[in-house]
Amino acid sequence: MSARADTIPLGATGGGGATLVSIDGLTVHFPITSGVIVQRKIGAVRAVDGLSFDVMRGETLGLVGESGCGKSTTGRAILQLEKLTAGHVLYEGADLARLRGGALRRQRRRMQMIFQDPYASLNSRMTLGHIVGEPLLVHKLRTRDERVGRVKELLNLVGINPNTVNRYPHEFSGGQRQRIGIARALAVEPNFIVCDEPISALDVSIRAQIINLLQELQRRFGLTYLFIAHDLSVVRHISDRVAVMYLGRIVELAANHELYGEPLHPYTQALLSAVPIPDPVVEERRRPVVLAGDVPSPASPPPGCHFHTRCPAAQDGLCDVDDPVLREIKPGHFAACHLVTASDYPKIRSVEDRAAAAHTAAAFTAAVDTGADGDTDAHEGEA
Amino acid sequence: MSDGPNDYVPGIDPIEPEPGPGLEPEFEIALDGEPSSGGATATAVAESELAGAEAAGGWLPEAEVIETRGTWTEVWRRFRKDKFAVAGLVIIVLLVVVAVFAPLIAPHSPLTQFDSGLSAKGQPMPPSHHFWLGTDLLGRDLLSRLIYGARVSLVIGILANGFALFLGVIFGIVAGYFRGGLETFIMRATDVMLAFPIFLLAIALSSSIANPGIWVLVVVIGIVYWAPMTRVIHGEVLSIREKEFVTAARLTGCTNRRILTNHILPHLVAPIIVYTSLGIATTVLFEASLSYIGLGVQPPTPSWGQMISDGQPYYTSAPWLVLFPGLCIMITVLAFNLVGDGLRDAFDPQQRRR
Repeated sequence: MSARADTIPLGATGGGGATLVSIDGLTVHFPITSGVIVQRKIGAVRAVDGLSFDVMRGETLGLVGESGCGKSTTGRAILQLEKLTAGHVLYEGADLARLRGGALRRQRRRMQMIFQDPYASLNSRMTLGHIVGEPLLVHKLRTRDERVGRVKELLNLVGINPNTVNRYPHEFSGGQRQRIGIARALAVEPNFIVCDEPISALDVSIRAQIINLLQELQRRFGLTYLFIAHDLSVVRHISDRVAVMYLGRIVELAANHELYGEPLHPYTQALLSAVPIPDPVVEERRRPVVLAGDVPSPASPPPGCHFHTRCPAAQDGLCDVDDPVLREIKPGHFAACHLVTASDYPKIRSVEDRAAAAHTAAAFTAAVDTGADGDTDAHEGEA
Repeated sequence: MSDGPNDYVPGIDPIEPEPGPGLEPEFEIALDGEPSSGGATATAVAESELAGAEAAGGWLPEAEVIETRGTWTEVWRRFRKDKFAVAGLVIIVLLVVVAVFAPLIAPHSPLTQFDSGLSAKGQPMPPSHHFWLGTDLLGRDLLSRLIYGARVSLVIGILANGFALFLGVIFGIVAGYFRGGLETFIMRATDVMLAFPIFLLAIALSSSIANPGIWVLVVVIGIVYWAPMTRVIHGEVLSIREKEFVTAARLTGCTNRRILTNHILPHLVAPIIVYTSLGIATTVLFEASLSYIGLGVQPPTPSWGQMISDGQPYYTSAPWLVLFPGLCIMITVLAFNLVGDGLRDAFDPQQRRR
């Protein structure tokens, strides 16, 4: 923790650093079609539904959420791997969504991705030299003679024996393959890297190594990461700021310590309380917030707040009608919830108390996340 | 500050940070060693230290062996284990040798009508020491005709299949990679082709040409057989294009052409080889069928299907006229099928559930 604690959260309010990537109203809908020859659109899966946030230069922005909430689609859409239904992705002020063909390919140099599955992300028919060297070739970054040296340098950088350039990916373990994938991403000297669950498919014993490698590279090259994961503790470890997604929308966005210390949105609170605490005494005492039901289908998200169907604090006539916008509750701490407002803020605890009173039935087991407990108590004391 | 919530960072903090990238001492050893085997050992050593759990699983010694093998050696090693497939391969090699060296191997000319080849009543002669497999209706040596017939069957089998393959790969890649309206059009067209009685189509095509030769037959069979190949390639491309390494290539800034040639085509080699070997069997049979009904290779060029057709009226009095060409077709088709099956298993060991 200490390593993270002294890190100044960049750009929490937009003042900490310059904006590198600005996402404005990002929307990706996948059409649901029917018909054999003439395809009729009968609906849409709203994978990403109007996201707006900024990624600051040099920061790591964590993006967390359940499976299917649109995290990966967001990452892919930012890199223009998915066609945007609406919205803009401004990279250093230039709208990527408007770029086509060669212009987009040239811009790709600045943005790369590290993939989830190291077994699928490397072409099994290409040698390491070709895999890592291809970006150099495509962007004509080195002459033919310099290329081999550069590939070896890149491999060395990620901790792979540079003499293995003539080997094939199947000769390497998952962790090594992930390193090779990182070397490929670094080959074009990008500024911005989307890490799409880069450690989820790896052995637990190797995860820490990859995380450390990513952090080391960030320090050395001033990289900016969008770190997508469903593992809250990993995101906490690596991120400067964290965005929480639910059903294609961001429900909360705050600096790392803020979000984990004092989650404002009921969904974030539930999410955090689901993380087990490796202390049997604490674990026994706390009562996690268990959400009832499943995530609704993104093909027909509920009206109003997407979370109201499972929210312990949802209020009829408000949450199921009005769409909450992402508002700045505290400096740098954004939440999209009707019940969490700037004026309301000191009474956050009471949101859940109200909920507990309103839903005494067995719909859920509401309680306070122990993580939030201490901090909010302290805050109330101050108030 | 460091109580409660701060403690749930399992598996991250307690582990010592690895040495800085590229600083591991074990790699320095490898730098001086010979690039092939020395590098492999160093990698294995490094890995055993990084992931002790994996090394404990006991895969390490085997891994060193595997590292010296390429994909093709690996495929050949698995193919060799399949005795039937190897037998099929031997038969194919023999057939090719026989076809290529037909003039040297055949005891007689396939076109010469021997006086001694017909009985006093003008009937074909049964197998004898002079005519090993007997003679046909015109007193020609059956064995020699079969040997020359192998040329026709193999040439048509390979060329017609190659043509079908060519069309199938192009249509399949276009449909599978570029998608869109063109995909719908191509794939519905293959559906129509597959639903069409292809034998009738082939008859219509070849009978509309006055004097069908080998080339006409190759084109006709190619046109008839592109559809199944297109389907197979289309399906393969669909799955490959969604793989992360293709996404990575797109993200790298590769052009479509580069992605197709460097990333997608190499992964199509396995299905193409497998379906070609299976397709040749079908094509040989198809050629025999066309020749049987008189729309294939024209006399006097010998073809197995045509020989069966000619000998059919005499199958009671001279059964060898039908029997031997029939056996040739059966053995050839069987051999290609065995090799195709063997290759399929060799390329994809996981699919081996028999």
